[in-house]
Amino acid sequence: MSHHTPSPILRYVARPTVPFIQLYALYVLGHGEDGPGGGFQGGVIFAASIVLLALTEGWPYGRGQLKRGFTDALMPFGCLVYSGVGALCLLGGGAFLGYEALTTSLDPHVRNHMHHYGLMAIEAGVMITVTSSMLTLFFEMSRPEPGDPWELDEEDEAGGQHG
Amino acid sequence: MHEHLPVLVIVVPLMTALLIPLLSRFGGVRTAWTLVAAALGFSTYASWALLARVGQEGFVRYAMGGWLAPTGIEYVVDPLNAMVLVMVSSVGVLATLWMARGLAVDLAPERRSGYLTVFLLFVTGLMGITITGDVFNLYVFLEISSITSYVLIGMGRRRQALYAGYSYLIVGSIGATFILLGIGYLYQATGTLAMADLAERLPELFHQRNVLTAFAFVTVGLAVKMALFPLHGWQPSAYSQAPAGASIFLAATATKVSAYTLYRFVYTIYGPRFLIDVLPTARDLILVSACAGIVFGPLLALRQSDLKRLLAYSSVGQIGTIVLGVVLLDPAGTAGGILHMWNHAAAKGALFCVAGALAARTGGTRVKDLAGLGRRAPWTGATVTIAGLSMIGVPLTAGFQSKWLLATGALEAGMPLVVPVLLLSSLFTVIYVWRIGMLVWFAPDDVEPKVTSEVPWSMRIPGLVLAGLCLVLGVTSWAGTWAQAAAEALLR
Repeated sequence: MSHHTPSPILRYVARPTVPFIQLYALYVLGHGEDGPGGGFQGGVIFAASIVLLALTEGWPYGRGQLKRGFTDALMPFGCLVYSGVGALCLLGGGAFLGYEALTTSLDPHVRNHMHHYGLMAIEAGVMITVTSSMLTLFFEMSRPEPGDPWELDEEDEAGGQHG
Repeated sequence: MHEHLPVLVIVVPLMTALLIPLLSRFGGVRTAWTLVAAALGFSTYASWALLARVGQEGFVRYAMGGWLAPTGIEYVVDPLNAMVLVMVSSVGVLATLWMARGLAVDLAPERRSGYLTVFLLFVTGLMGITITGDVFNLYVFLEISSITSYVLIGMGRRRQALYAGYSYLIVGSIGATFILLGIGYLYQATGTLAMADLAERLPELFHQRNVLTAFAFVTVGLAVKMALFPLHGWQPSAYSQAPAGASIFLAATATKVSAYTLYRFVYTIYGPRFLIDVLPTARDLILVSACAGIVFGPLLALRQSDLKRLLAYSSVGQIGTIVLGVVLLDPAGTAGGILHMWNHAAAKGALFCVAGALAARTGGTRVKDLAGLGRRAPWTGATVTIAGLSMIGVPLTAGFQSKWLLATGALEAGMPLVVPVLLLSSLFTVIYVWRIGMLVWFAPDDVEPKVTSEVPWSMRIPGLVLAGLCLVLGVTSWAGTWAQAAAEALLR
């Protein structure tokens, strides 16, 4: 570990808030599930919880939560969830992103539910991509240089590069 | 599945581009290339099928998620954008074929699959701009294609590539912001973003200042993106620094899609009467900058010593020729401008394939290294000759047909001065094509050719197909018929 140790007060105050921030991110994602929107905001809030960890516990610890290889894969994966749901609707015989086609039932109640599930699924995709993009931006721009307080030892560097 | 073609033509390459970073861990570049080729192959099939369907039905519409416009986003295909779609996807497939062996010319192995992903996203963005019937969706696709093109240019082999990509990023972002501002004003004035709806509501609002401002912003923004003289500053270094494979596609299609967008705004959204009755000054301004580009583009090309820079400057002139079709507002002139998109895509694509071959054999793209190329590489020599003749507009080549239509249109529209401008530009083009032709075929015997052998077939075929297309489009009236149908649909 580096010579720069974070203040214990900061650490003990910040750490317990992280799960609540993440829960709140999921709440934002789920709120108003019958309309579009929420995935982006939820994604940013989720990413903020990891950023908070990185700020209080140090860059290597924060990066260790979601490694480079993992976030690299999550970015296209979230988009794929979005477009994949759209493509599933096509396979179901509907229009692209016409969520009603996700069910074979003709019951309008069920079809309406399917609309909610479809919207939730694409918003989850948005959230995944936004979280991983935000984290990539943050971690790559704040990547420690030699001489910085958070100097990386070799193990961290390898973990950061390849996940 | 056929009723879903308008959306599949975009979604298939988009999803494939997202899969590549996940799948190229297994099998690397080969997997990535296969996926790109398959996705673009499908898009090409889909766009030809759409063209055929447009031929039967007049136009094709597709509502996203079943939400009809103006509530939802609609994709609309008419003869004009069916033609542009076919152009973008077909050149995309040919450029991909070129890249099968051509990636090795100027890209380090570890960058290749990322490059292919970005390339596929770039093609998707351009096709999205073309097919959408919603101006905001158009802006989103414009951003996709812009950001990916900055990356593609920056991946060039030389250090200047980063600078070229960065300066395009700055200039292009300003252009894109202008377009977004214009779209914002349109939304403010009409409360809608669907093109068909805008076209209905705008004529009553022509007296409003924000509608006029929107036109100015959109036109200037698009002029930056299409490198219309005098806003072409970013383009020569962007074209010449981009990796060879990307520059084939970039030069053949990218600026033309922006020109298509200008057609869309002028004809479909504002309607042809707008430029005649409401804002004739704008018509004159666009006409002057198009004509200036037509003359100065080839003139500036004359003094270039780098082949890709030379071709880039000649593109400045050619884009002026395409934009001429926007302001002539006459059936023949409009058809000429539209036809010139195809013709120039074929000719410029073929010429950039030759530039790529030159880079593969000599490591650079100096014009003087073409000396004696015809002796050692006759196929490549034939490609550059035919495409060059088409650039001039020699009869029996594609360039002649579109320039003829444009000249006819200019006379009918009462702008006879455009004809000598076109002739002058052909004259300047003759000079540099002559210089290239002399170097390729009639270099002195004591000159040792720098290009000692042909490039592999997979790199020769794309250039040959495009050069062949210059001849086919020149002797058949098939493309002209399509362009006239597109012009009629626009002017209706």
